[in-house]
Amino acid sequence: MTRRPIRFYQVGSFAVGNRLLEDEERTVQSDAKRTNSIDSGHRACQGCGEALGARYALDAAMRATNGQLAVVNATGCLEVFSTPYPETSWRIAWLHSLFGNAPAVATGVAAAMRVKGRDVRVIGQAGDGGTVDIGFGALSGMFERNDDVLFICYDNEGYMNTGVQRSAATPPAARTATTEVVGPHPGNVFGQGKDLPRIAMAHDVSYVATATVADLHDLEAKVDKAMSLHGARYLHILVPCPLGWGSASSDTIHLARLAAESGLFPVFEAEHGVVTSVTPIRRRVRVEEYLRRQKRYAHLFATEPATDVIARLQAMADANVARYHLVNDETANSDLEA
Amino acid sequence: MLAQIEGSKAIAEAVARCRPEVVCAYPISPQTHIIEAIGVKVKSGELAPCEFINVESEFAAMSVSIGASAAGARAYTATASQGLLFMLEAVYSAAGLGLPIVMTLANRAIGAPINIWNDHSDAMAARDTGWILLFAESNQDAVDLHVQAFKLAETLSVPVMVCMDGFILTHAVEGVDLPDQENVDAFLPPYVPRQVLDPDQPVSIGAMVGPEAFEEVKYLAHLRQLDALALIPRIATEFSESFNRDAGGLVRGYRMEDAETVVIAMGSVLGTLKDAIDLRREAREKIGALGITTFRPFPEAAVADALRSATRLVVLEKAVNPGGRGVLASDVALSVPRSPLSSVIAGLGGRPITRASLEAMLARAASGDLPAVTFLDLDEAAVAAERARLADVT
Ligand SMILES: Cc1ncc(C[n+]2csc(CCOP(=O)(O)OP(=O)(O)O)c2C)c(N)n1
Ligand code: SF4
Ligand SMILES: [Mg+2]
Repeated sequence: MTRRPIRFYQVGSFAVGNRLLEDEERTVQSDAKRTNSIDSGHRACQGCGEALGARYALDAAMRATNGQLAVVNATGCLEVFSTPYPETSWRIAWLHSLFGNAPAVATGVAAAMRVKGRDVRVIGQAGDGGTVDIGFGALSGMFERNDDVLFICYDNEGYMNTGVQRSAATPPAARTATTEVVGPHPGNVFGQGKDLPRIAMAHDVSYVATATVADLHDLEAKVDKAMSLHGARYLHILVPCPLGWGSASSDTIHLARLAAESGLFPVFEAEHGVVTSVTPIRRRVRVEEYLRRQKRYAHLFATEPATDVIARLQAMADANVARYHLVNDETANSDLEA
Repeated sequence: MLAQIEGSKAIAEAVARCRPEVVCAYPISPQTHIIEAIGVKVKSGELAPCEFINVESEFAAMSVSIGASAAGARAYTATASQGLLFMLEAVYSAAGLGLPIVMTLANRAIGAPINIWNDHSDAMAARDTGWILLFAESNQDAVDLHVQAFKLAETLSVPVMVCMDGFILTHAVEGVDLPDQENVDAFLPPYVPRQVLDPDQPVSIGAMVGPEAFEEVKYLAHLRQLDALALIPRIATEFSESFNRDAGGLVRGYRMEDAETVVIAMGSVLGTLKDAIDLRREAREKIGALGITTFRPFPEAAVADALRSATRLVVLEKAVNPGGRGVLASDVALSVPRSPLSSVIAGLGGRPITRASLEAMLARAASGDLPAVTFLDLDEAAVAAERARLADVT
């Protein structure tokens, strides 16, 4: 397992343009000639992480494929806010059929392109519900057959389009409309949920990666890498949702960063089921720092803070740090011990 | 080319000659022999360039077909019964997106209780999906309908389902005249999609449509089905000119000239029915049959025209609409509102429909004592016993 060297410690290393970098190392987003795969004017909430994630990922994929890309979208916020008939935000070939079938539809598109002798690459995409829940059977089938599709999950940890209900990607303790803050265990329960990146790895697909909208360089590099490979590939992007998380619109990037830096959302790459690189945590933070900024966890910080629940969430973060070796000696300028 | 061949294999041959580009299916009896036979052809390279994709469910099979068709490939699949229900959400999606997928439905009952044998309940679940539904009377008919189905689907950009009775047709070995490749090529031009997923001319397919335009979208789909009613007979004529035999069309009459009693039916039961009618004709009963080839869109005008001088109608069908008369009976009743009509439910879950019981039923019909709804060959004693048992329990 190799570690990605960290080039800069200042926040600027995350920035879109980043004048500290050579031209060719700058992001696709900093390029005025980027595709604008998902154009402005769509109806996403202000600060929507999913809109950002999709734009970053697809612009990068368009560059990687020289524009020879077709995208299949599941039902969900991304589909709804991007195509209010008769308008569309998509400047790319885009197809939506149903909530639960995007991986299979993508397989069909890829097969058609192959029989037509066209070198068009295919991306399937869905929210966490469309990926880990209702689309899971189709996704597992697509993985197992090693179909030539990159599937991207925009994980906002809930069914946002239908009004913030629990999905199997909703974290423990989080409030959703179906895991309300009532009863002896307010919010979502512990001990449930699916870890889709690891399930994808168990399918032995050529490439699995996680990313967040906080680290654009990393996200684009992973899309690039994914598009350099063939067969089934999976990219799981954490995309904060101000509406569902009860967070400030201006906090989306910050929250995505805190999710990674707390260890709650490990950022890594794997090839054929083996982790090949991790993004080390630069400045480890306690989970509280992440949780406090979101109303979905507000019940943990009432007059009587739920220290036991917070400790269990911290333990989950610690387990991720240990499993993926997210903290190394050089980067261990953590304030966690402080 | 004449061949003594199993129905499923004949379908595979016909579909192969239609040069499908993506075939994706999930096994379910009695459809399996069809996809197995096509699978062999694809795997051996005989159909290249064509992909055969084994998937994890019927939902995926229809979804893969949707993706393939939207990206410009000629897509084919086949299913039956529970499989059709499992994919139903995608069946609607294919029609809504206007994708000319062709699917064979090897008609089979729907559980519970689970039952693998033939009836038409599965097709009834697809009757309002926006697919064109054609019913085959024989294996020759099924073969010919498949060739027409691709042309129909692609001309209108509407998906077409060819229904053939499970086991009774799919597993029957009989003589079939398989269409020659050159004739099929001349009849069926390569698929040119109306709209295609192509990065060189990017379009958004499958956008969300709200109340301001949804009704118009659906009305346009309705008009396309009306177009189908005009196109289906034209394609049937073209077919008979190219292949020198009749197949397809909206409805087909049998001994209708002076018929007072007409039995309306779909699928393979028409064969037995025609034999029974011949026998009743010998007894000088004025009786005929009307076969419904195109079940969706329902050819109201053609049915009304065919039945204009009939005085007594019997709709014989292999599907049940619990608590009501049969689905086909309702459609026929709407087409000829003033004619007295008896709904006969028969052949459910593979119960054989014998010539003898049809003859008895026809005799009752001719003497006017067939009730509004009849379940043919019902084991009355078993039903009475069960009702008595339930009465005891409650
Ligand atoms: C078969 C089916 N079940 C339920 C729905 C309702 N539905 C539409 S989008 C959605 C939630 C989407 O959640 P997710 O995939 O996480 O995407 P998000 O909106 O959060 O981005 C649900 C439940 C549907 N469209 N189809
Ligand atoms: S609800 Fe969340 S995911 Fe949906 S548009 Fe708003 S911010 Fe984006
Ligand atoms: Mg979601």
